[in-house]
Amino acid sequence: MATKPKLYYFRGRGRMESIRWLLAAAGVEFEEEFIETAEQYEKLQKDGRLLFGQVPMVEIDGMVLTQTRAILSYLAAKYDLYGKDLKETVRINMYADGTLDLMLMIALAAFKPPAEKEEDLALIVQKAQTRYFPVFEKILKDHGQDFLVGNKFSWADLQLLEAILMVEELNASVLSDFRLLQAFKTRISNIPTIKKFLQPGSQRQPPPDSHYVEVVRSILHF
Amino acid sequence: MAAKPKLHYPNGRGRMESVRWVLAAAGVEFDEEFLEAKEQLQKLQKLQDGNHLLFQQVPMVEIDGMKLVQTRSILHYIADKHHLFGRDLKERTLIDMYVEGTLDLLELIIMHPFLKPDDQQKEVVNMAQKAIIRYFPVFEKVLRDHGQRFLVGNQLSLADIILLQTILALEEKIPNILSAFPHLQEFTVKISNIATIKKFLEPGSKKKPPPDDIYVRTVYNIFMP
Repeated sequence: MATKPKLYYFRGRGRMESIRWLLAAAGVEFEEEFIETAEQYEKLQKDGRLLFGQVPMVEIDGMVLTQTRAILSYLAAKYDLYGKDLKETVRINMYADGTLDLMLMIALAAFKPPAEKEEDLALIVQKAQTRYFPVFEKILKDHGQDFLVGNKFSWADLQLLEAILMVEELNASVLSDFRLLQAFKTRISNIPTIKKFLQPGSQRQPPPDSHYVEVVRSILHF
Repeated sequence: MAAKPKLHYPNGRGRMESVRWVLAAAGVEFDEEFLEAKEQLQKLQKLQDGNHLLFQQVPMVEIDGMKLVQTRSILHYIADKHHLFGRDLKERTLIDMYVEGTLDLLELIIMHPFLKPDDQQKEVVNMAQKAIIRYFPVFEKVLRDHGQRFLVGNQLSLADIILLQTILALEEKIPNILSAFPHLQEFTVKISNIATIKKFLEPGSKKKPPPDDIYVRTVYNIFMP
């Protein structure tokens, strides 16, 4: 029997969360090693398994993968969430890249001093409402289908749901002008594997708190 | 006959330069529409039909009837189309990892001209350190271990092109940056001598010069609110 994929990262969302989402949505059980001390991190680096000395790192299918987007692309392809041809794949990539940008802004804001963090988060909500969500609302409106690309559930739908939920944590009414995105959110959340992931007790991580920020700062020295 | 791809970006390297490199390496001729003023960007952002700029940002490439944005998505599409992404999923993923790492390093170079003058010299030191400690040793080892000309699968891929682009850009700021990396030196010469790439490296190609004050000012004028 194949061994389960194993994730190496800090105990929190950061750059690993989208990977957890993808594995969970694909119904793949996975293990995690949480990096909690500088010594643990240094050992991983010395072992030579971190290609550029960084995490996220995922052991899967006999490979040691690093670089968030490379890992996500691999998983999307492996679990048939990447469209049926190049044209669908590039659209999925564009939508996913956009939502990854938005979610990365949120992840980085956690590390800013309080005043700057508040400013950043307000800007993020504004960007979500003016730059990102209108685009996806229009895509859904234009083709009238349940999923963003090719009338089939893909990595792009998963990324969008993850981004919506993350922005809603910052501002609960952020979807108020986006009727189709509201329906989309409900629909995708009800996919059985995703529904399970959204329930308590899953491997989904909570939003970053001051403890998480402290741990990461002490390990990465910044 | 298919229309040539058309690139929309300011007249300079920035995030579009990698796209120019890959198209050139693949032997694909392309046109460019240079953004020179804020009004042009706004026009692209406002056009309702066909969502010209998906997330209101450039780079944007018109290709095969699509308007592609997001640098990585563009690079992946071109690489896939022109067989620069390996033979199978494992090779593709390896290429992807190498490209992602190299793009992280390239990002420092892209952002450099926009730093405050006082920070720029410090950043050159940071770039050099990251290149020499984190990135180059990895690629040196890859090349040394398999002894092949290309990074992955014994054929030209996106990883080779982006690495060459990054090495040459770094050498412009730090001429001896490859001094401890004999395999990377050899790699640089060999990949530069591939016919399409050699042509791109000659004067008169669409390769852009290093960013200067005019480029920085143009970018500020276009993108600052």
